[in-house]
Amino acid sequence: MTQVIEVRNLHKAYDGVTAVDDVSFNVDEGEIFGIIGPNGAGKTTTIESVIGLRKPDGGSVSVLGLDPQTEARKLGNRIGTQLQEAALPERMKVWEALDLYASFYEKTVPWEPLVEQWGLAEKRNTQFGGLSGGQKQRLFISLALLNDPQIVFLDELTTGLDPQARRATWDLIRAIREQGKTVVLITHFMDEVEALADRVAVIDHGRVIALDTPDNLIASLNGETQVLFSVPNGFEAERLEKVSGVTAVHQHNQHITISGNGPLLANVAAALAQHNIAPADLRVQQANLEDVFLALTGRTIRN
Amino acid sequence: MKSFLKLTYMELKLQLREPVALFFTLAFPVMVMVLFGFIFGNEAEELLGGYGQVDLSVPGYIGMVVGTIGMLSIPTTLANYRELGILRRLRATPLGSSPVLWSQVAAQVLMTAAGIILLFIAGLAIFDLRIPNGNLAIVPAILLSAFSFFAVGFVLAGVMPSARTAQAVGMAIFYPMLFLSGAAMPRYIMPDFVQQIAGLLPLTHVVILIEDLWLKGTWNLTSVAVVAVVLILGLVISRFTFRWE
Ligand SMILES: Nc1ncnc2c1ncn2[C@@H]1O[C@H](COP(=O)(O)OP(=O)(O)OP(=O)(O)O)[C@@H](O)[C@H]1O
Ligand SMILES: [Mg+2]
Repeated sequence: MTQVIEVRNLHKAYDGVTAVDDVSFNVDEGEIFGIIGPNGAGKTTTIESVIGLRKPDGGSVSVLGLDPQTEARKLGNRIGTQLQEAALPERMKVWEALDLYASFYEKTVPWEPLVEQWGLAEKRNTQFGGLSGGQKQRLFISLALLNDPQIVFLDELTTGLDPQARRATWDLIRAIREQGKTVVLITHFMDEVEALADRVAVIDHGRVIALDTPDNLIASLNGETQVLFSVPNGFEAERLEKVSGVTAVHQHNQHITISGNGPLLANVAAALAQHNIAPADLRVQQANLEDVFLALTGRTIRN
Repeated sequence: MKSFLKLTYMELKLQLREPVALFFTLAFPVMVMVLFGFIFGNEAEELLGGYGQVDLSVPGYIGMVVGTIGMLSIPTTLANYRELGILRRLRATPLGSSPVLWSQVAAQVLMTAAGIILLFIAGLAIFDLRIPNGNLAIVPAILLSAFSFFAVGFVLAGVMPSARTAQAVGMAIFYPMLFLSGAAMPRYIMPDFVQQIAGLLPLTHVVILIEDLWLKGTWNLTSVAVVAVVLILGLVISRFTFRWE
């Protein structure tokens, strides 16, 4: 598989304060590559160094075989970017933004079909300030796709969107990949990475602390499953400790949490049936990337 | 070149969609002219060399337009663009920085021209403005003054942390200067020591420069020098202080 991005030992400090300590990764052509980490981890700085917006203090970066520092203009024509916290003038209309940005590139695709595709056709005469959060994001994606880029960088695209708009954006990101483009996706939503990314780099304090497919990362936890439910008063949960696969049982009043491996839900349900207990609010909780982060750092990703 | 023209046209449209900015840059100077015109009239007076009050005030109002755009419009616009990441977004394209900066200058030159043309239209329509002969040299003088004040605007835009402070500081410097410089009201009605202070202000020299050309067709070299020095200082300082984010 062809590598489109190669980052080696990237280091970047602002006025002596390290933002990116030592980051290395490769991105393969056609994949959705996730970068995840808590606030201030150095994600944005990393990506801004990759696209040539910042000058790294150390390490090397190569994108599409180009050096972002010396061949910025060439590279700029072949990548699309959605930067974090980068708006448009309030009173600029949708079509004006597309028309204006199209003039910045050597080659562009016509913007009218883009507007159709991203559901902005009715909003073409609306000013930027009058768009909803989701519409703004779709405009940003359209702008990032104007030059038919080979790689698209999306920094915190869904931050601030309601859950429904976030899901809708996920479909859009999948659609970009289906056009054969590579996507680099920065986020601090674990579910977003799990849903979209082929591979993910977990960044913390300016370092890559894990890099793999989301499934492998979760599997590496030897992840236990948890079964949660409520029972009538008087039920003693210790009785379930002997059920096959169970490693721990926690009871808090009527609320019971059972951890274990294997077909845990089936085994626990069978045991409860034997005792003639009908559990309420039964649900299963699988290990996810949140747990991976917790295991790696001892902290949750939000603080 | 295409990007520069599109950016300039876009910037002009954006300026024209901003009612508050429009009021200060285009409407306010005309309002001041009309107000004083109605109070003092524009009768030709022997004492004033055959001109009327309004005729003599035109160079001041031109200075007012130039100053408002340089010290209020430019710093507020650019600081706002920086604050909202609009400049950052532009930087992430292959465009490069000069078209962005030059389009701002070009659009504001056009706004200045619009402001001055409005003054003339209002002056001719309401006060039968008398236009002295041999005064086309005011065009390069106005351009020099505009560039000089725009450079100051770029310095303010770079130094001020936000659009709000840029606007507040711009006003705090500009409005006292406006009234002392003779741009809004004649200098000769002010006490001596105020006139001396006024002589130190760049806007005063913009007014004198345009006044002399407008009425006598002569270049006031002191004023040219002051305006040029401000331009050079502004350019040099803004090179170091301008920030894209
Ligand atoms: N322009 C700058 N000047 C000084 N320090 C900066 C600058 N940009 C970022 N930093 C600092 O560098 C560190 C990394 O910031 P960065 O924006 O790369 O993090 P991030 O992972 O993108 O965070 P977030 O999730 O909040 O976007 C932070 O401590 C931040 O305060
Ligand atoms: Mg960030």
